[in-house]
Amino acid sequence: MNKYKVDVVVIGSGAAGLASAVEAKKAELSVLIIERDHELGGITLQCIHNGFGLKEFEEELTGPEYIQRFINEVKELKIPYLLDTMVFEINKDKYLYAVNKQEGLIEVEAKAIILAMGCRERTRGAINIPGFRPSGIYTAGQAQRFVNIEGYLPGNTFVILGSGDIGMIMARRLTWEGCKVKAVVEILPYVSGLLRNQVQCLEDYEIPLITNYTVTKIHGRDRIKGVTISKVDRNFDRIVGSEKFIECDTLLLSVGLIPENELTLQAGVELSKNGGPVVDNNLETSVEGIFACGNVLQVHDLVDLVTAEAKRTGKVAAEYVKSRYDKEIKARETIKLVSGDNVNYVKPDLINKNDLSNDIIFTFRVSYPDRRVLIQFKDEENSIIYKRKKIYVIPSEMVELSINLEKQGIKPDCKTITVEVIPRPEVLIEED
Amino acid sequence: MLELSTIKIIRCIVCPTGCEIKAKKGANEKVTFEGYTCERGLEYAQQEFYEPKRILTTTMRIENGLLPLIPVRTDKAILKEKLKDVLVEIAKMKLKAPIKMGDILIENILGLGANIIASRDLIKLD
Repeated sequence: MNKYKVDVVVIGSGAAGLASAVEAKKAELSVLIIERDHELGGITLQCIHNGFGLKEFEEELTGPEYIQRFINEVKELKIPYLLDTMVFEINKDKYLYAVNKQEGLIEVEAKAIILAMGCRERTRGAINIPGFRPSGIYTAGQAQRFVNIEGYLPGNTFVILGSGDIGMIMARRLTWEGCKVKAVVEILPYVSGLLRNQVQCLEDYEIPLITNYTVTKIHGRDRIKGVTISKVDRNFDRIVGSEKFIECDTLLLSVGLIPENELTLQAGVELSKNGGPVVDNNLETSVEGIFACGNVLQVHDLVDLVTAEAKRTGKVAAEYVKSRYDKEIKARETIKLVSGDNVNYVKPDLINKNDLSNDIIFTFRVSYPDRRVLIQFKDEENSIIYKRKKIYVIPSEMVELSINLEKQGIKPDCKTITVEVIPRPEVLIEED
Repeated sequence: MLELSTIKIIRCIVCPTGCEIKAKKGANEKVTFEGYTCERGLEYAQQEFYEPKRILTTTMRIENGLLPLIPVRTDKAILKEKLKDVLVEIAKMKLKAPIKMGDILIENILGLGANIIASRDLIKLD
């Protein structure tokens, strides 16, 4: 068995893996990147549309251009990486086991592990569409890989379920490749992706967007021949009598992403309700020395935000290796973050009390869209620690705040902070 | 008072507010814009109304490459109405690896003043 011994091992070479590896390397540590695909870059490689890099590089790039810059940096810094290599086990002692064709079984002993495995798409099984199981049903990202990387068209006439950004971008991409996209069907009353994509990917090509509907039946035995869509009520139950048939030979699903945390669980890392690991404000999981960043932690809207988070993770992991590893650390005293009204989840899950005087980055998503809201952080006695107005919140846009809790006057004995997004009181008065 | 009629509704994508901007025309044929809430919104609406442009991102066939395709884009926005012609032109091409990110693959495509450039490096298949 081949054995490696490094300071930091990074699992995954997408935007999160590469940026965190670069930071750890710049801190003069030995780093190893492990990637299961045949080249570095991750999913960003297949996102050939533009719109990337406005925050990170202040210019508008395509996905491949964005990630190429990090690939180049990894190569310039001579960070070693293993391709075509699948990690199948990690443990809390920070041993990692992987396999590839050249070396067979590999053991990596690391002082710190950075989890950067990204997320996977929800499939038909995750949303329980009844009907036969013919060919021609793909997730949007899978179809994106076929079309943009491997050079195959998965079909001719499409229905896309879900109006997430990947779904809408694929609608345009397929139209450009000469396919017919009959409709994008969305169960919610509103588009779940960005307005920009709704305008430039659907409206530009007159692709119908059908909201408040979902696919309730799949037709065809060998190849899909069409779908039945039905209107849904407020509880997402289908309304009998509202069915419509749409003929198609391919159905794409763009119905959400799930952080990919099988390995994380093996190491005994606790997960939180968004599907990502529980982390503190240093992006350290419940297992000391294991860190997480990017879409494995929380699904981000922009790759630029992944990069920023991954850079922080690379730095804190390096600090850990240099100052805390191998030292006896007394139990961390923490404050717990709780999701209140209209907050789907909040990261980090815990704050180290030692860090209260630092600026801490909080990210969260709302559960439903709202306008003219108040974002509030409250302690367990309902004292307001922080508040901020916001004109507009929507589940598809992650909210990011940088807050110095000590300056906000947090009580030293605070145990939990509830984050809530509520209608502004003056709005309530108006409505009374 | 001249009655203005709405000839086009433009949804502004400059920021998430998503203003609905109306292009209106009166009897004197002069077009005016209503519903924008910032200068950038007005600029966007004017551009969209008179000369909508888009960056085109697609793929091009490659021989001997690690992958059968390379992602490419126009190096500046081109007229929206020309997107299809450009796609057809790109589809006719087949290039050889290796290619470097930023390489100009088609110069001044269809005389539109934009080049088609490579979006990534692509090495030769051994």
